[in-house]
Amino acid sequence: MKVRAQIAMVLNLDKCIGCHTCSVTCKNVWTSRDGMEYAWFNNVETKPGIGYPKNWENQKQWNGGWKRGKDGKIEPKQGGKLRLLSNIFANPDLPAIDDYYEPWDYDYAHLQNAPESKAMPVARPRSAISGERMEKIHWGPNWEEILGTEFAKRSKDYNFENVQKEIYGEFEHTFMMYLPRLCEHCLNPACVASCPSGAIYKREEDGIVLIDQDKCRGWRMCVSGCPYKKIYFNWNTGKSEKCIFCYPRIEAGQPTVCSETCVGRIRYLGVLLYDADKIEQAASVVDEKSLYQAQLDMFLDPFSPMVQAEARKAGIPEAWLKAAQDSPVYKMAIDWKIAFPLHPEYRTLPMVWYVPALSPIQARAESGQIGMNGIIPDVGSLRIPLQYLANLLTAGDEKPVKLALERMLAMRAYMRAKTVDGEIRDDVLKAVNLRIDQVEAMYRYLAIANYEDRFVIPSSHREYASATYDAFGERGGCGFSFGNNCSPGTEKTNLFGGKKINIRRAAPIRADREKD
Amino acid sequence: MNYLDALLFGVYPYLAGTVFLVGSLIRFDRDQFTWKAHSSQMLSNKNMWLASNLFHVGIILLFFGHFFGMLTPPEILHALGVSAGAKQVLAVVAGSIFGLMCFTGLTMLVKRRLTDPRIRATSSKMDIFILLLLYTQLILGLLTVPVSLTHLDGHNMLLLMQWARNVVTFDPMEAVAAIGPLGFLFKLHITLGLTVFLVFPFSRLVHIWSAPVTYPARPYQVVRQR
Repeated sequence: MKVRAQIAMVLNLDKCIGCHTCSVTCKNVWTSRDGMEYAWFNNVETKPGIGYPKNWENQKQWNGGWKRGKDGKIEPKQGGKLRLLSNIFANPDLPAIDDYYEPWDYDYAHLQNAPESKAMPVARPRSAISGERMEKIHWGPNWEEILGTEFAKRSKDYNFENVQKEIYGEFEHTFMMYLPRLCEHCLNPACVASCPSGAIYKREEDGIVLIDQDKCRGWRMCVSGCPYKKIYFNWNTGKSEKCIFCYPRIEAGQPTVCSETCVGRIRYLGVLLYDADKIEQAASVVDEKSLYQAQLDMFLDPFSPMVQAEARKAGIPEAWLKAAQDSPVYKMAIDWKIAFPLHPEYRTLPMVWYVPALSPIQARAESGQIGMNGIIPDVGSLRIPLQYLANLLTAGDEKPVKLALERMLAMRAYMRAKTVDGEIRDDVLKAVNLRIDQVEAMYRYLAIANYEDRFVIPSSHREYASATYDAFGERGGCGFSFGNNCSPGTEKTNLFGGKKINIRRAAPIRADREKD
Repeated sequence: MNYLDALLFGVYPYLAGTVFLVGSLIRFDRDQFTWKAHSSQMLSNKNMWLASNLFHVGIILLFFGHFFGMLTPPEILHALGVSAGAKQVLAVVAGSIFGLMCFTGLTMLVKRRLTDPRIRATSSKMDIFILLLLYTQLILGLLTVPVSLTHLDGHNMLLLMQWARNVVTFDPMEAVAAIGPLGFLFKLHITLGLTVFLVFPFSRLVHIWSAPVTYPARPYQVVRQR
């Protein structure tokens, strides 16, 4: 057993109102730069829709993620190592800028400088790449917002597989939901595997996947390797960039910007412990529908003394073990099983999980139009088809999604009976196999969603890490300066014989790993 | 011996070679963030598969053709029973095929860089300069083919090999002497070729150093400890 810790996220789609605050705050902090205008580390899509970039979910088109070979081994779907290198001069699976959208800005100055004319001057769009006039904008971020564009186009949505989708184009049967997306910080990341330079890595201590900007050579294989299309090629710097899970904030024990600013309080951050020895096995199971269960089986019970002992041996700090016990992500994903990974069939073992959205049902159920299952309405008659949610979250297996929705409905029924009628309805809970303490906690976490319940993030003990010599270097360094003034360079040996200001010769204090 | 020949073929190779090596080292050490292939495929993907593959495969084969063609000792060729004339025919045929491959690809890429509005707007001066430099060099190289066909005895080729070997064995005077009788076209091709090495560290060509040859030997997943 090799215990590792990961900061994971859950998004409660049931409460997402599609306000895009997460996207905008993220953009303002991380991607408001040349070359990244088109890139959204976090974006919110309206489903059903083809999404951003166009059709990203359809791996028959994009060849992202992993595929399982006949020998039972997995390799990136875009090709094994040699095949991938043979595509290095021109990547056949690379999305072009028009698959995202051509970024633009407006001629605002024209509003002030325009000569006198009969018509009001307008600020017309200009491409942010070429600077040329864009006469017509054909696509943009979130072009399909709230069922924008016609159903014929939106229905190309990959999640309609095995769904008789025609009737959902009718006004009476239409449905929608929001899907906020960010990098999944996978346990088996396809981007890392696809990087010819080895510049992308997963951090051992918190599982955040980062791109080393110095080591990235811009071979752009990660962009096509990632099935979620959450790696963006910066055309200005020639390097790939991705969501960094706001690691400077996470290290300080603060939630990511998208989570902090979420007005719907739909985001949860917490620690999960998992067995790193099981990664390959879990990602290689035969049946795609078993991938969700295989991933669940990797996670370790933070209350088990055996797991705790192994975790301590692996150098995981006490604060992290405590946080793993209080983790809202552990509760939702593993204890209550109401959160699911996004598209487990890509075999990347994603670590941003989603609580499926309920949809209008209660009123119609009460008026006798929909079958009732005891006190809980039959989730089969939800407005959002079960199969659609299952295609999104469990590789098409309806059973776990059905149970999750039933549990959420049961929680509502239980709490309504308790607060309105003053009754404790055990029968409701029995039907969905929940205990009273579980359902009360579910209510607290889902409905009240206090800040301290949503975000249980232990600060990282960087003071004990060998890389902290950074901090010592900064302390005795030259502070703020322009250009490459006191950069120590990136290599261990200095070309000009200088001693690195950020390397100390003294041995580090390794308090965490002392006791064995 | 002419002074210009001494400068261009006796001194310039070492100058260019030094700038090439030391310049690359300094850039790698001090400013690795700028070290990249700087692909523009995502801005304009039209015909890129054909153009880029033709260009890259062509130029890599040309490079190795020149490398082994110029630096293989004649003793080895002799032992293998390859006459100078036969080797020249081989060089002309292979060079023409790879050269035309590369020419087709590079023509498409030059057109793309100069006329595609997105690519033009996001190109640096060095991007355009290096592309035109390679294009000129390639055309000069192709022009040497008809010249070579007028003298198939391999004599000129032996002089060129002599020059290259003298340069890498630090015998510049001999090198200059060897190259003296060669035609203007060959001399221009060599000078421009050395210039490619000179500007190498200042251009996107540095990505050649980083050809990911170690990737197949690496495990798929990379985990960094702090």
